[in-house]
Amino acid sequence: MALRDELGPYFGEYGGRFVPESLIEALDELEAAYTAAKTDPEFQAELAGLHASYTGRPSLITEVKRFSEHAGGARVLLKREDLNHTGSHKINNVLGQAIIARRLGKTRLIAETGAGQHGVATATAAALFGMECVVYMGQVDTERQSLNVARMRLLGAEVIPVTTGSRTLKDAINEALRDWVANVENTHYLLGTVAGPHPFPVMVRDFHRIIGEEARAQVLALTGKLPDAVAACVGGGSNAMGIFHAFLDDPDVALFGYEAAGDGADTPRHAATITKGRPGVLHGARSYLLQDEDGQTVESHSISAGLDYPGVGPEHSWLADIGRVNYLPITDDQAMNALRLLSRTEGIIPAIETAHALAGVIELGKKLGPDAVILVNLSGRGDKDMVTAGNYFGVLDTDAAQL
Amino acid sequence: MASPAVSDAAPVSHETAVSHEAPATAAAAAAAADYQRVSTIEAALVARKAVSRGALIGYLPVGFPDLATSIEAAVALAENGVDIIELGLPYSDPVMDGPVIQKATLAALAGGFRLSQGFEAMAAITARVDIPVVFMSYWNPVVQYGVERFATDLAAAGGAGMITPDLIPDEAAAWMAASDRAGLDRIFLAAPSSTDARLSNAVSTSRGFVYAVSTMGITGARADVDAAAQGLVARLRTAGATSTCVGVGISSAEQVREVLSYADGAIVGSVLVKALAEGGVAAVAATAAELATGTKL
Repeated sequence: MALRDELGPYFGEYGGRFVPESLIEALDELEAAYTAAKTDPEFQAELAGLHASYTGRPSLITEVKRFSEHAGGARVLLKREDLNHTGSHKINNVLGQAIIARRLGKTRLIAETGAGQHGVATATAAALFGMECVVYMGQVDTERQSLNVARMRLLGAEVIPVTTGSRTLKDAINEALRDWVANVENTHYLLGTVAGPHPFPVMVRDFHRIIGEEARAQVLALTGKLPDAVAACVGGGSNAMGIFHAFLDDPDVALFGYEAAGDGADTPRHAATITKGRPGVLHGARSYLLQDEDGQTVESHSISAGLDYPGVGPEHSWLADIGRVNYLPITDDQAMNALRLLSRTEGIIPAIETAHALAGVIELGKKLGPDAVILVNLSGRGDKDMVTAGNYFGVLDTDAAQL
Repeated sequence: MASPAVSDAAPVSHETAVSHEAPATAAAAAAAADYQRVSTIEAALVARKAVSRGALIGYLPVGFPDLATSIEAAVALAENGVDIIELGLPYSDPVMDGPVIQKATLAALAGGFRLSQGFEAMAAITARVDIPVVFMSYWNPVVQYGVERFATDLAAAGGAGMITPDLIPDEAAAWMAASDRAGLDRIFLAAPSSTDARLSNAVSTSRGFVYAVSTMGITGARADVDAAAQGLVARLRTAGATSTCVGVGISSAEQVREVLSYADGAIVGSVLVKALAEGGVAAVAATAAELATGTKL
């Protein structure tokens, strides 16, 4: 069977449904609605229409020649998901799930968010569809991504800071699951990544497949051949699955997922789940996981809120085990330097999450050399990260800020 | 105060019920799986029904506020009218638990709780009480400990079985085999939203009792026990359940009495944890005794 044909609930030994019984009916209902939507021309037409008139698809491919000089001279092509409405790839999945939620008669959307990109996208869809919206966000993240908190509130969503546990994305997912258990009758949990119980990993992947499908055709048209490598950052892994999927059965295309290594994968402060974790069960699925000997989840650390997660989607765990995708760690410093480099060489400020993929490509390009073509998913833009980046590089003008 | 509550039916000894030896062959494993033992929990539930409205099941987490006190508090449950003890293993991501239990279990983890202490506590408690004691554990700690090893050590510590809030029967093949081999009860959850087919599956795969979730929600005291609970218990009986206990949201003797008018047991957690947090073992004892008045005919 082709690697592209995996439908879940299991990917090898990963995936499944490890959730309270109270949620099973909702998951079954969601799976049935999603399965019907896949072959329903009306659904497909509505989603395609929104992508054309609202998201801004197809997204561009941008060749970055000045950046390439720092990446061994390899030809680097960016898939510009940062140009989507709301500023990242997240909108692809959100619009798809929002249409399904409306079909199921749900009137309330809830979501978790780390960097705030998924929360903003969900709040946007809720505004567009006239639905109530509640976004759970770890308190640490509401502080470091305060601009996105303001965006969500402006869009009419209620943002609930989560104060339990590590107060980051992991705990936001716990709170969203608790909300869903209690309110499943009128509420859809619009999960933002390729993790969680079936059908979320396959459904979210499928809504992001458009990234890779567009990019594959665009690269072929531009270069006459498939890229030698495709790269993406991996937290939960949605943008990576989205761009990888179209290439899974192209054996000559190498795939690279870059995980957040924080202070370093060999320090205690990182979020390099596949690099350093081992299989376990978290948030409804079996997958790689950062955990201690007793199976308690270990807190992750990354300068990027969107990658600061101790788990990863089950399909990634499987692709790692079978050797189809290479997963490598990128430190905070490497990512921030790549963020600055792309900004200064190309006039494109990427999200800190995305900068992990760019940092990986700098090293990859040096290895593959000037004949190689590398496609990178530029999954999000960096506007939301200006406070973090400003502090990191010391470029915030504090006197001016006081004027 | 009466002497420590002794269950009216002497619990069946695990040692006589089933061997703890790991089966040497697949055939032996199959034979062990077919072995029909008497569930100590079901026996306790039947015995309570004979002399009262039904059973009171009390939840407390291990290691809160510390290991020694959590053991004393569990023993106090048995001495004050609780018929089955549900011993919670603290876990970092307890998605089925409300704020009271979250706070206690996260405090236990912050205090250095290790899984091995769960078995220590189980052994210490079962040595001092005559009622069945089960674990309540999220699934990942069991996976990491090793499902077979977990079952062996739980049985060796005198435990009667386990409630698994985030493990559905569909994903439980390893636990079914291990619990059969070790002679442990396994208690799956049933929800008001579960289809009839899923309720049947919960009934046929559970042993001891089926945990009927009273409401669509997480643990924590509520003013009213949802009317959905009674409907769910009725549907479980239609599906063939002989023992059904209701949990989530029960916090008073009056609610215990109400639930026991249609179910075999009432499960109480958050109000006991709150008592322990605020007034120590004495408060747990008093709260349990008060709740137990709801079991009187």
